Order: sequence, then structure tokens, then C-alpha cells
Amino acid sequence: MFADAPSAIATPDIVWSALAPQLILMIGGVIMLTIVSVIKRRPIKGVYALYTIVIASAALLSTIPLWHRVLNPAEGPSALVGGAVGFDGFSLLAIGIICIGVILCALLADGYLQREGIDGPELYVLMLLSASGGGIMASANDLIVLFIGLEILSISAYIMTSMHARRLSSQEAGMKYFVLGAFASAFLLYGIAMIYGATGSTNLGDIQQFLAENILLKNGLLILGLALMTVGFGFKVAAVPFHQWAPDVYQGAPTPVTAFMASVVKVAGFAGFIRVFTVAFSTYILQWRPAIFALAVLSLVVGSVGAVVQTNVKRMLAYSSINHAGFILLGLQAGTVGTSASLFYLGAYTFMVIGSFGVASLVGRVGDGRQSLDDYQGLSRSRPALALAMAILLLAQAGTPLTAGFFAKFGVIKAAAETHNWSLAVIAMLSAVISAFLYLRIVVSMYFGGTAQEPATLQGPPVRVPASARIAIIVALLGTLAMGIVPEPFSKLAREATAQITAQPADELAPFGPLAGP
Amino acid sequence: MLGIADAPSDFLRQYLTVGIMAGLGLLLAGVFLGLGYLVRPNRPQGQKYLTYESGVDPVGTGWSQSQVRYYVFALLFVMFDVEAVFIFPWATRLEAYGLFGLIEMAIFVFVLLLGLIYAWRKGVLRWV
Repeated sequence: MFADAPSAIATPDIVWSALAPQLILMIGGVIMLTIVSVIKRRPIKGVYALYTIVIASAALLSTIPLWHRVLNPAEGPSALVGGAVGFDGFSLLAIGIICIGVILCALLADGYLQREGIDGPELYVLMLLSASGGGIMASANDLIVLFIGLEILSISAYIMTSMHARRLSSQEAGMKYFVLGAFASAFLLYGIAMIYGATGSTNLGDIQQFLAENILLKNGLLILGLALMTVGFGFKVAAVPFHQWAPDVYQGAPTPVTAFMASVVKVAGFAGFIRVFTVAFSTYILQWRPAIFALAVLSLVVGSVGAVVQTNVKRMLAYSSINHAGFILLGLQAGTVGTSASLFYLGAYTFMVIGSFGVASLVGRVGDGRQSLDDYQGLSRSRPALALAMAILLLAQAGTPLTAGFFAKFGVIKAAAETHNWSLAVIAMLSAVISAFLYLRIVVSMYFGGTAQEPATLQGPPVRVPASARIAIIVALLGTLAMGIVPEPFSKLAREATAQITAQPADELAPFGPLAGP
Repeated sequence: MLGIADAPSDFLRQYLTVGIMAGLGLLLAGVFLGLGYLVRPNRPQGQKYLTYESGVDPVGTGWSQSQVRYYVFALLFVMFDVEAVFIFPWATRLEAYGLFGLIEMAIFVFVLLLGLIYAWRKGVLRWV
């Protein structure tokens, strides 16, 4: 059992500086948890949110020098920690989007938690930890690391969903999300096991190399693994037919947490999805493309049609986020051609969706319960600026020109057309038209709904707009408009990021390195 | 076996071994239990039908609520248990992992310790 002479176990070199964004988020979260547990004094209002924003901004800023390092031709993308973590433009841009999402959600959460009287550090700690998991997932170059990142991301999100302890629907949503999320993780893990069985490695680079060099006579195991991983990722990004949890959970969760789920969790999920499928399994694109094609079509159709029959705005936005997932899958099914379009979409989507849910969290008022379409009636009279912001954000989601949504949708449909999937492109455009109806329904309710004497937003407590939420919505609005009016810098960023999305083979020293092949 | 190729019949014959073993097992158990039934004296008493609880008389029904504080207890137990699961294999190969392993384990235990501090300050460790 014991080796006679202990042979030193080779440990991989770790370039700590290249892991800075993930480490800043993680250590920042842990430090916050420790400090608030040691100091008993009641802190100044808003200090938790401020701290979270500082940490997320630090992580965001730390990606800039790393970005230059990656783009520098002398250095280029590389794999860290013995091939377990990929260090390239794609992961850095995804982490950047995640950090922006955390900053905006923390701003929304500040006003929300104070309004509901449940202010505390826990939500922010979980936000930071969840984001660090998302960062790990986005940069994973190994399926096991990907899984660890996914679990850090999801487990924090489960708790955040049930954070509003006094609201039963929040508890219910948390439980649903937990059970279905655990289910999805199991699928993903089983898929990873199958892939390992078929290729002899969990390292994405090694898998890619193995599949490029070998033709599997019996690829049943590999296809099964791919199918199971599709199911797992499909659950995480809420693609139809794995979407059933999304409307319930989005509706039940505290609205800033819904914004977090719709943005950060989805970005991380898609980052992992894209990296695994378009990079590691690039040689098997003909096998997995039909599956992604089907998911995309179903998500587009169910997401847009399902939203039409809803009367609850949060549920409507949940279906619209399923619809958005369909659009991003459009970019995914195109393979490497569509990756930059998907990334651009994810960035645009983050701004649009956080802004929309931000307005929804304000209109929900105390108790976060006023979310029916009727509750938005007359918002244009009681809060004209808020109604205008919501209208612009919703029109952006519908894909109106001069907003981020237009170029995002344009990019992914172009990717579908470039791969000659004309039918998919047509379905996507039709679904955009259908979903425009649902966005316009909310806009109509805000501007033309209700009687002039007594609009619903004037009944009950007034809609208060805390300063932090105002900043968040303004930033989201500016981001949406900037990406729509001058998209070039952003799409250049996305193109540069995907130009060198790579999977690096593991070093010999790797902890999960090339084990004995089959 | 009706001239089927050798390979499947060989394969199936292995199941015969399993069948014989299972049959023998059932037979043996049946014989011993049956013998016991025939030989043993039979004196029923009410006490013999009680649920066995380590020699203590059971109180109440089997379906009773337990206090929520046991849940916290169980949670803390799991935390330390999992910690031990990770520490043990490392400890058996301490020399091989060297300084790197020591630092890694220190970080791991430290992070868990921070969690414990949080639980302690939140009053979870107090028996309410």
C-alpha cells in the first residue's frame, strides 16, 4: 500500500497572475464573508454592494493586462496549471462579461435588499463566488475543471434563488432549481465519463488531438457522451426541451437574482458549451450539429410562442430568455464561424436582460409581487424615465436597429446563413417577429394601458427608484445603445477573442494529464 | 445444445454456475431455518416484539419529528467528515506531496476554517 521510497509527485507550475480574475472574485468573496462574521457592528448602508462592485471591477480591470498578454503574438494563448485552465481571449472576454454582470446585479440587489428589509452580506458573497465559478467554467480546458466551475456557479445560484426566506415562492423556486440543476449536473458528469471512456482523456486539447488523429470505428460511447453533455448544458442554459424549470425559477427568485441567473449563469454556461463543442469536438461537428440545430429551433419557437400567453412579466422575460438562448445556439451550431457572434450576443444580452429585470424589480415594489402585465399600466405617467428605459431595453431585446439586440441577432443569423442553414435563419427571423409582439405588449401596457385617472402603478406603494438601481439601469441602457450605435469596437473585441480560442493539450506533468489511452 | 456455436453456449454455461450457487444457497438457508423451526421451543412474549433500540425501551412512535438543531449538527458533522476524507489520503502520502501538498492542504483547511468562523459567529454552534 505504501511506497517504500516516496517518490516526489510532480506538481504543475501555476502562473498565478494569469488566474487573477478568478482569484480576485473568489478571495474577495471569502474575505467579505470572514470580515462580516468577525465584525459585529452594523455597517453603513450599501457598503456590501460597494465592496462587491470594487471586487468585480478589480477582476474586470485585471483582465485588461491579461488580454494584452494573450493578444501579444510573442506570448499568445496558453494552458495553465498543467493544461487544466485555458488562458485565451475567449475566456478573458467571457470573464469580463461576467464581471460586468456582477457589478450591475450588485447595484440592483442593494436597493432590493434594503427595500425588502433583508439586507445582508450573504447574497453578495454568493454572487462573487458564483461569478468565480463562472470564470473557472469559461476558462476550463479540462472537463473536470469545467464541472467544478459549474458546481461553484450553480450551488451559489441555488442558494441565491431561495434568499428571500419569507417569500414562499422564492423557497419553492430555489428547491426546483436545486433539484433540476443537480439532475443536469449528473447528466453532464455522466457525459464526461463517457467521453473519457471514448477518448482516454478529460483534457479538451487531448480530446481534440485524439479525435483528429484517430477515427473511431465504434463511436457509440462518444456520441452517447456528447448527447449527455448536450442535455446537461441544455439544462444550464435553459434551452428547450430542457427549459421547464426556467419560468418558475425566474418568477420565484428575487428579481436581482433572476437578472443574475439570466445573465451571468447563462454566459458562463454558454462559454463552457461553446468551448467544449466547437473546440474539443470540432471534428465531430457533423454529429452534434443536428442536435444543436433541433435545440435552437425548439428554443426559438417555444421561447417566443410560450411568452405570448403569459401575463406575468417575469415569466414573459423568462420565456424571452429561452428565445435568446435559441439565438445563441444559432451561433453555436455554426461551429467556429459563429463563436464571435455568440460572444457578441452574450455581451449585448447581459446589458439588455439585467436592465429589463432591473426595471421589473423596481415595479415589483415591496414584496416583489407586482409583476402582472396590469401592474405596468401607466408607468409612463408615474415614472416616465423608467418607462422609457424599459421600452428601449425591450425594443433592444426585440432586435430593433440602433440597439445592441439588432447587431447581436444579425450576427448569429449571419453565422447560420454562412453555414447554409437557411431554414434555421428563417425560423430565427420569424421567432424574432413573434417575440417582438410580447415586448410590445409590455410597452403598450406601460404607455397606453389603464385609465387615465387611476393607472395601476399609482395604486399601492409608489415605485421607488433607489440611486444604485438608477445607476445600474442607466449603465445597462448605455451599454445597450453603445453596442447598437457603434458596434464595431465590441464586435472587434469578440472577433479578437475568438480568433484564438484554443484547447491546449495537457503537459506531461498535468494532474489530470494524459493517462493511459484506450 | 442443438448445434449452436460454441461461444454462446460457453457463455451461457457460465450462468449455470451462478444458478447452481444460487440454488445451493437457497437450499442451505432453507434447510437451516427449517431445522431451527422444527427444533426450537416456541414461547411468545410481548416484550420480544418490541423494536430493538440498543437495549433501551423505545419511546413513542417511529414517525416523530426531530429537532432542527440536529440538522445543523449533522451539517457540521458532514463538513468535518468531508474534510477528513480529503485530508486522509494526503496524510498517507505526505512525503511524496512535499511542501506543495502541505501548502495546498493548509489553504484547504484554512478556507474551511473561515466557514467555521462564519458558522460560529452566526450562532450556529450554540445549543439553543
